[in-house]
Amino acid sequence: MPLFEAVRMALRTIVSQKLKSFFSLIGVLIGVTFLIAVVSIVQGMNVYMEDQFANRLIGLNTFSLRTFPGIQTGNTTRDTWREYMRRPRISYDDAEYIETHLQTPVITARYCSDRMTLTYGTKQAKDIELDGTEPTYFQIKNIDLSSGRIFSQEEVRAGLPVLVIGSELGEKLFQGADPLGKEVLIRGLPYRVIGVAAPRGTLFGTFSLDKFAVMPFRAPARRYICKLNILDELEIKAANPTAMLAAMSETEGLMRTRRGLKPGQNNNFDLSDSKAALEGWKKIAKVLGTALPGLVAISLVVGGIVIMNIMLMAVTERTREIGIRKALGAKRRDILAQFVVESVTLSTVGAALGVGTGIALAFAVRALTPLPAAVAPWSIAVGVLLGMLVGVAAGVYPASRASKLDPITALRAE
Amino acid sequence: MSDAVIQVRHMTREYDMGGELVHALRGVSLLIRRNEYVAIMGPSGSGKSTLMNMLGCLDTPTAGEYWLNGQEVSRMSDDALARVRNKEIGFVFQTFNLLPRSTALQNVELPLVYAGVTSKDRRKRAEEALDRVGLGHRMEHRPNELSGGQRQRVAIARGLVNRPSILLADEPTGNLDSTTSDEIMAVFGELKRQGQTIILVTHEPTIAAYAERTVVLKDGRVDSDTLSQQAA
Repeated sequence: MPLFEAVRMALRTIVSQKLKSFFSLIGVLIGVTFLIAVVSIVQGMNVYMEDQFANRLIGLNTFSLRTFPGIQTGNTTRDTWREYMRRPRISYDDAEYIETHLQTPVITARYCSDRMTLTYGTKQAKDIELDGTEPTYFQIKNIDLSSGRIFSQEEVRAGLPVLVIGSELGEKLFQGADPLGKEVLIRGLPYRVIGVAAPRGTLFGTFSLDKFAVMPFRAPARRYICKLNILDELEIKAANPTAMLAAMSETEGLMRTRRGLKPGQNNNFDLSDSKAALEGWKKIAKVLGTALPGLVAISLVVGGIVIMNIMLMAVTERTREIGIRKALGAKRRDILAQFVVESVTLSTVGAALGVGTGIALAFAVRALTPLPAAVAPWSIAVGVLLGMLVGVAAGVYPASRASKLDPITALRAE
Repeated sequence: MSDAVIQVRHMTREYDMGGELVHALRGVSLLIRRNEYVAIMGPSGSGKSTLMNMLGCLDTPTAGEYWLNGQEVSRMSDDALARVRNKEIGFVFQTFNLLPRSTALQNVELPLVYAGVTSKDRRKRAEEALDRVGLGHRMEHRPNELSGGQRQRVAIARGLVNRPSILLADEPTGNLDSTTSDEIMAVFGELKRQGQTIILVTHEPTIAAYAERTVVLKDGRVDSDTLSQQAA
């Protein structure tokens, strides 16, 4: 009997028992849904972390020279902390040395930051990220302005009290009024707002990226966020990933020479790019990647057992049908094929429905969260293939029992 | 002798029923020619059902020979027997034995499916077979939408569709009222006139009377083998 004949027969049987078929394939459905949804969410998360998190927050092709890593992943031991604290800080001279000696073309920004309270009249905005830096910072971090202007290198040199504020901070302090030219107090020091940044949205839909204020590096409030002659970071941006790696190793060499480190001695400074920021996420992704096959396997095994049970029941219920078919000339392998195909069709239908719900779930995540969850074609292929395999595994035993039935006994069955 | 369809020589069949040996057939010899219409009778326990299973290639004898249409089938494997059943034998059962979820047409097509006939030819031949039994207008109905007589006609069409050497009917009127029984027996009579070889297994003399020859079994042996009055 040709294969498509068997498939047609199987589909007819499945359709004629819709509810029973649905319940029997629900295990496979859930397994495949899970596979596709989780893969798409993890991949979406990857894209999101790289595009949104790393490249927007850290900056594309950008790394920073720091005393010690700004983002700690995993457990940092007491000894490590102690070593971090002993390290010399990054000084203005260090920055100037790097700026003048780097061969790779880069743009740099000196950077200091802390959380401050800003006031305008009676309005107060607490816990605002106040950045003291240079005009290049806006370029490195891709901050566009919706109104006003950024400060100039001259204003940095002169240490003028001017401020570019994030959109949410502007809303909070001025409540619809035009912030440009208004005077804001930072610990009693008056600052004039000269620019408002375009909204940057949120991180994971919760952390606002628009609650910040940027001022020239040498402005008066610098003393509240950085000690004199000390930098939090020197931000360095190259034109492309290769140039960035070159600049990074160059910076490492320059700093080691400058600090007189011998070969074999560890760096007493830190260079981190967006990779370091992604480390934490990578760890989570790895755990998910390891756990996922297990979870999918469990639901598929359960789904397979359910299907096997249904098929064993079907063989018992349809003993007479098997007898009739054998009397009419069905060979053992015809009966075997019929039940295996039925089982495979059942589980493949389950897998197909699982693909559908998986894709639906991925789209729902995409629509309702900032994650750009995208369905991976390979996960669909793997899902359907696994579904079919489960069908074969679950169908062989019941089918072989059916095929071995004696036609006379089977014909007498009720 | 060249037109013999069935040739059975000294056929015996023993069953082991929990350590006790049951002799269902104790040496049956039988010859049936092409286009014969034979009734096999006998009380229960006479070996009638066993002989029918043997003739239908559903079972193989313990000893003896069975030649069907020139082939020695008594020593064949299960799959070879399945092929012979498909090609040479058309079954008609007391309980019709139609597939309940399939239409009349699909039921009739079933033997052709196992014969490997393409779906186009299958449909054509199944339609022809249903026409032959007067059911051309009910092809898309399922068994539960048909009367008992109509179901048995579907079963007969299914039995005929692969142009078998013999039509083997086991109490074909056992589940039908007398009017319908007469109709069904008329169908068999018409098929016989068209050249079909028919073997009728029954315990009802009135049904057996339709056949031209009656073989009576008793205790696993042929008790009598007579031609009926009309035929003689």
